[in-house]
Amino acid sequence: MNQLSENPASWDAQMRNSSARRERGAAFARGREVSAEDITRLLEAVIEPGDRVCIEGNNQKQADFLSRSLLKTDPSRVRDLHLLQSVLALPEHLDIIEQGQVSRVDFSFSGPQAGRLATLVEQGRIKIGAIHTYLELFARYFIDLTPKVALVAAQAADRDGNLYTGPNTEDTPAIVEATAFKNGIVIAQVNEVVDKLPRVDIPADWVDYFVKAPTPHYIEPLFTRDPAQITEIQILMAMIAIKGLYAEYGITRLNHGIGFDTAAIELLLPTYAADLGLKGKICTHWALNPHPTLIPAIEAGFVQSVHSFGSEVGMERYIAARPDIFFVGRDGSMRSNRAFSQVAGHYACDLFIGSTLQIDLAGNSSTATKGRISGFGGAPNMGSDARGRRHASPAWLRAGREARPHAAMPRGQKLVAQIVETSREHMQPAFVERLDAWDLAESAGMELPPVMIYGEDVTHIITEEGIAHLLRCETPEEREQAIRGVAGYTQVGLARDRRMVENLRDRGIVRYPQDLGIDKRMATRDLLAARSIKDLVLASGGLYNPPKHFRNW
Amino acid sequence: MEQFVMTFPVGNRQSEIHPPRVCGVVSSGNLEVLVESGEPGDSCRIDVHTPAEGFRDIWNAVLGDFVERHPVGGVNVTINDAGATPAVVSLRLDQAVELFRSEKP
Repeated sequence: MNQLSENPASWDAQMRNSSARRERGAAFARGREVSAEDITRLLEAVIEPGDRVCIEGNNQKQADFLSRSLLKTDPSRVRDLHLLQSVLALPEHLDIIEQGQVSRVDFSFSGPQAGRLATLVEQGRIKIGAIHTYLELFARYFIDLTPKVALVAAQAADRDGNLYTGPNTEDTPAIVEATAFKNGIVIAQVNEVVDKLPRVDIPADWVDYFVKAPTPHYIEPLFTRDPAQITEIQILMAMIAIKGLYAEYGITRLNHGIGFDTAAIELLLPTYAADLGLKGKICTHWALNPHPTLIPAIEAGFVQSVHSFGSEVGMERYIAARPDIFFVGRDGSMRSNRAFSQVAGHYACDLFIGSTLQIDLAGNSSTATKGRISGFGGAPNMGSDARGRRHASPAWLRAGREARPHAAMPRGQKLVAQIVETSREHMQPAFVERLDAWDLAESAGMELPPVMIYGEDVTHIITEEGIAHLLRCETPEEREQAIRGVAGYTQVGLARDRRMVENLRDRGIVRYPQDLGIDKRMATRDLLAARSIKDLVLASGGLYNPPKHFRNW
Repeated sequence: MEQFVMTFPVGNRQSEIHPPRVCGVVSSGNLEVLVESGEPGDSCRIDVHTPAEGFRDIWNAVLGDFVERHPVGGVNVTINDAGATPAVVSLRLDQAVELFRSEKP
């Protein structure tokens, strides 16, 4: 090492360092294959203090065995790690921090671990570099946060170390590409080792080691929503979205966020939207995980194409049987890719619509609450105007004209809608004067309040009261009153200037169901194309195989 | 448990006499609304039974907006609330009165 630092003309120090690690690792591997018993010692051999380590933690697929194995390493050897991964989902991800082996973490989303993470930050036991969007974090993998060691998960490996990720490819290509081509070490856990893979998703010479895990990697069925839980209010909001937004702008290319509000829209396409004559005119091309609630719309011929960030447990056979709709390999299973689907959602979709917890009077929207550091995953990229976009579409052009009617240079704009009930349970208001994000930023020492979607990007708010076309507002005051106008019986809503809201209604900026010709008598569960998980199975012709805990028959 | 009656003047908008209609069910987060002919033609009387106390202002606003949307006179409305949100109350009232009026006299 001394020799290296004395020799500034050395250009391959990282590469030689990787070779040294592989030499140390060779004692615990046969070629690239490592046994489950040896994996902890292999990790100790190839990881050095201060390393940037990515434990593949996706929205769904988790490198859980490698994560548990990392926990068993000697803390005097494996320490001072810098974790960089999109999702901190497993308890193990925080256990390794609690064990004192991690000094810094960069991530995108921490959903189930958000409370614990906040506590560790408050105790000063971990430093957060930054909370990114998925695309930002992937981007930094290729700039200044390249992993030195990547612990990834795949469905299967062959004897050479080629990897088959199956339908849940998710983040694997982005992580492996950054690590393998910048002198890093790639270690994969696989569910099985086979002689011949159905297809190669990651070539063997990008992979240093693979290990057959004692149990298959964990996959979270994150995008399954049981239609039995959809309420009439959500159905009413879905009717408003379809008639007041999708039909109004002729939206064909879109991305739906996760949740019951958007699941209701999906289930109204074959019924309400079809009755309005909208088949073929809206919702034809999607960036979307394979939501089971989209099955009836696909079967009704509404949908032409779906590209997915990841797969969804139980949807495998249905997807394989619908290769005209989904991206499917020659082996018959889906190929997902979070990085590409995020790019597609940002640049190739005209609409993002998703739920939130809080919206302020400027339209800033956030799911952050005090005591939880959760991040937003992909929502900020989906839910923002793509200012680098240069191709036109009717919906995009119309939104641009409405947002900037007097601009000399014509330009389009992405439609970004937040759909939310005005009050949650216990009368918790969705509309607030001040976002909880401010308090969280203060208590966690963040440089910015964690805002999911900035007000300037939000073009529409849909509640059970109606739709606010924020992009049609001419002044911040009008914008505020448009928001108050759909805020119902929250304090924000009750404090509206009724005369101004009536004026906004006259100008088509605030529109209530009666202004849209929506018959509220139809807002019943009879309007759903499927009312239960079983209905979804039937709609799929028996191809959808829901996880056990969604089966109640 | 709280019970109160609110009467809203609606001008002279006597509704035709229709058979009574019930909408919704008394289950958690939901409510039952009964609409029937009754009151003098220039007012709408709403009788509220609710388990949640201390929300009179909200009820007043929700019911006031309802009567503004549907200014029907000669109508008695009875609400059996089981902790519904204002959103559900508004939707159920709209559904009930539209059902009531769609029924042949």
